[in-house]
Amino acid sequence: MRLHKLEKWWLILGVSALIMFLVVLGFGAFYMGTHPQSHGLTIDPNNIEANEAFQKENLGLTKVDTDHYIVNVVASAFNYDLGVDEDGNSVNHIKIPKGASVLFQVVTTDVIHGFNIAGTNVNMMVEPGYVSSMEVQMNKVGEFTLLCNEYCGVGHHMMFTTVEVYE
Amino acid sequence: MALANLLTFEEISTDPIKITKKDSKLYLSFIYVAIISLFLGGLMGLLQVLVRTGEFTLPFGIGYYQILTFHGVVLALVLTTFFIIGFQFALMGKTVGISEKQRKSAWLAFWVMTIGTSLTAVTILIGKANVLYTFYAPLKAHPLFYIGLALVVVGTWIAAIVNWRQLFVWKKQNSNQNSPLLAFMVTINMIMWVIASLGVAVAVLVQFIPWSLGYAETINVLLSRTLFWYFGHPLVYFWLLPAYMAWYAIIPKIIGGKLFSDSLARLSFILFLFFSIPVGFHHQLTEPGIDPTWKFIQVVLTFMVIIPSLMTAFSMFATFEITGRKKGYLGLFSWFKNLPWHDVRFFAPFVGMLAFIPGGIGGIINASHQMNTLVHNTIWVTGHFHLTVATTVLLTFFGIAYWLIPHLTGRKLTRKIHRLGIYQTVVWAIGMTIMSGAMHIQGLLGGPRRSSYSEYGGSEQAVEWGAYQMAQAVGGTILFIGILLMVYIFIHLAFIAPEGKEEFPIAEIEDYAPITPKWMENWKLWIGITIALILFAYTIPVIDIIQNSPPGSPPFDAIIGN
Repeated sequence: MRLHKLEKWWLILGVSALIMFLVVLGFGAFYMGTHPQSHGLTIDPNNIEANEAFQKENLGLTKVDTDHYIVNVVASAFNYDLGVDEDGNSVNHIKIPKGASVLFQVVTTDVIHGFNIAGTNVNMMVEPGYVSSMEVQMNKVGEFTLLCNEYCGVGHHMMFTTVEVYE
Repeated sequence: MALANLLTFEEISTDPIKITKKDSKLYLSFIYVAIISLFLGGLMGLLQVLVRTGEFTLPFGIGYYQILTFHGVVLALVLTTFFIIGFQFALMGKTVGISEKQRKSAWLAFWVMTIGTSLTAVTILIGKANVLYTFYAPLKAHPLFYIGLALVVVGTWIAAIVNWRQLFVWKKQNSNQNSPLLAFMVTINMIMWVIASLGVAVAVLVQFIPWSLGYAETINVLLSRTLFWYFGHPLVYFWLLPAYMAWYAIIPKIIGGKLFSDSLARLSFILFLFFSIPVGFHHQLTEPGIDPTWKFIQVVLTFMVIIPSLMTAFSMFATFEITGRKKGYLGLFSWFKNLPWHDVRFFAPFVGMLAFIPGGIGGIINASHQMNTLVHNTIWVTGHFHLTVATTVLLTFFGIAYWLIPHLTGRKLTRKIHRLGIYQTVVWAIGMTIMSGAMHIQGLLGGPRRSSYSEYGGSEQAVEWGAYQMAQAVGGTILFIGILLMVYIFIHLAFIAPEGKEEFPIAEIEDYAPITPKWMENWKLWIGITIALILFAYTIPVIDIIQNSPPGSPPFDAIIGN
């Protein structure tokens, strides 16, 4: 089959651009290790407390080291459980210092939920039977809305909480 | 040998098969369902953008997610599928003919699809299936929702078998010739569709129906999502390829030119068959349970499918330029200025082609391994597919309707309707630029898709999103005016326009175009390569998903209001 000369050039140019782009993506993924979250860690959705991270007292923000934090969250329709404060009230606002590295670990007890800190790179699907986790550095100061971005039922748009990154 | 081949094609294209009244009735029936879907689905779209301004509440206790489900199912699945099947039957009838028996089977396809659609639509309307058009487990809709969807798919399979039979019969009578280009394209599209829809059929028949009826206690959520997206991406090419058929083989005739290269057109369709199916993971990039290496492999395969689109873009503009120069417009861009902009049969699809440039770029971003994280499930994605399917594909379908409907009804596309069509296209382009543009920006700012109006506790971010939601309401309202115009045009062309003749434009091949090689119709080879690619992309990850699966999920229906 014969290709037009200009068409050959057009395809060579286009395909090289695609390959270059894929090389950049591949470099990021396999050399820098920036894959989207995929740890394949399973959990029984009816017994999430079998995993220590999701026992009642371990939910929410925990400082593990200077500038290292873990946030454990249990999602369910239509709420993110971030544990309770000293007075026994549920937490719906967490504060993280700027530049801290934070490991988010999330599970669901019912249907699929989204876990997106809007305006940041934290964006995960949370599916029954799996632990979703992602480690990020919070470098932007401000108040961010953590919200559910996968439809989970009639109260889906009421499912949110806030994350504050302070100087 | 080569010369003989060329002559026979000339013969075929100058002496096309006449479409009888009985055939017209069949093709039109599919298109009528598509038009009704356009109106009802579009109305739901208007209600959605209004709700999301925060100034409007739905009456009679109708839920936002109920109309969202209706909008998605009726526009994305029903409108597209019915128009495509009707259009493809018309293409097959025109190029290879349809027999009495085939027509009967085609009617069976129509009724199975229509009954399925009605079951699903009614289930949604009475509020028993607020699961959106992706129906992700473990949200549980009424069993009739899934049964209706399964019937629609079975109906399309019957249509596919009829199409294949049509080509087979023609080939037996014309064994020394290449099949007509359009018949070849329809065959490829239906092979791709049937192989892809096997995934969703398995999910619905083996997983969803028994589980929703209570025969199975739990469902493997990740497996159901993987099977859905195995089908869900080729689905978008099932929408796009009929538009490409019109671009390659019909538009050149409308602008007074010829097809740039028959073999190139066929090659691009073969590449679409190869690379549209083994790519579903790029919809599942942010999921916890799939190995990142396999995700990356499917990202690479996804990028392969850009190549036939690049070929199509070249072919289209080559046709435009060659045609213009033949007509004597020799300046650097005068061929472009002198394209038939006043001809709506060209203008509407052309605006669609333009929308595919930002649409395609957005698609590349969505499919990119890590970049996807920024936009996944934000309203950016909604903006993306309103450019691709709701503009590129739909405007091309509108462009087809301007000649197909009057051709089938034996009426005339009058000047008045012609002019209205131009306005309609402009209205559509303006409405979509505003709505989709606002969606793209709001998505980059983190605004979620598939969500009703919410102030998110009065956060600053939500206030910022609110402005874009207002813009979407403006764009959406303009689009609804476009839908009303289109429905009026459809009705006029089908029932009111004066009697007359409209041509069924099928382009001839450029005289010096390369001869189409015989091996292009090696169906066994093409299907074999397709299956090999699918097995390569899916076997190991699916075994992995099944072997390492967590406990299954019971159904949840109370939280969707059932």
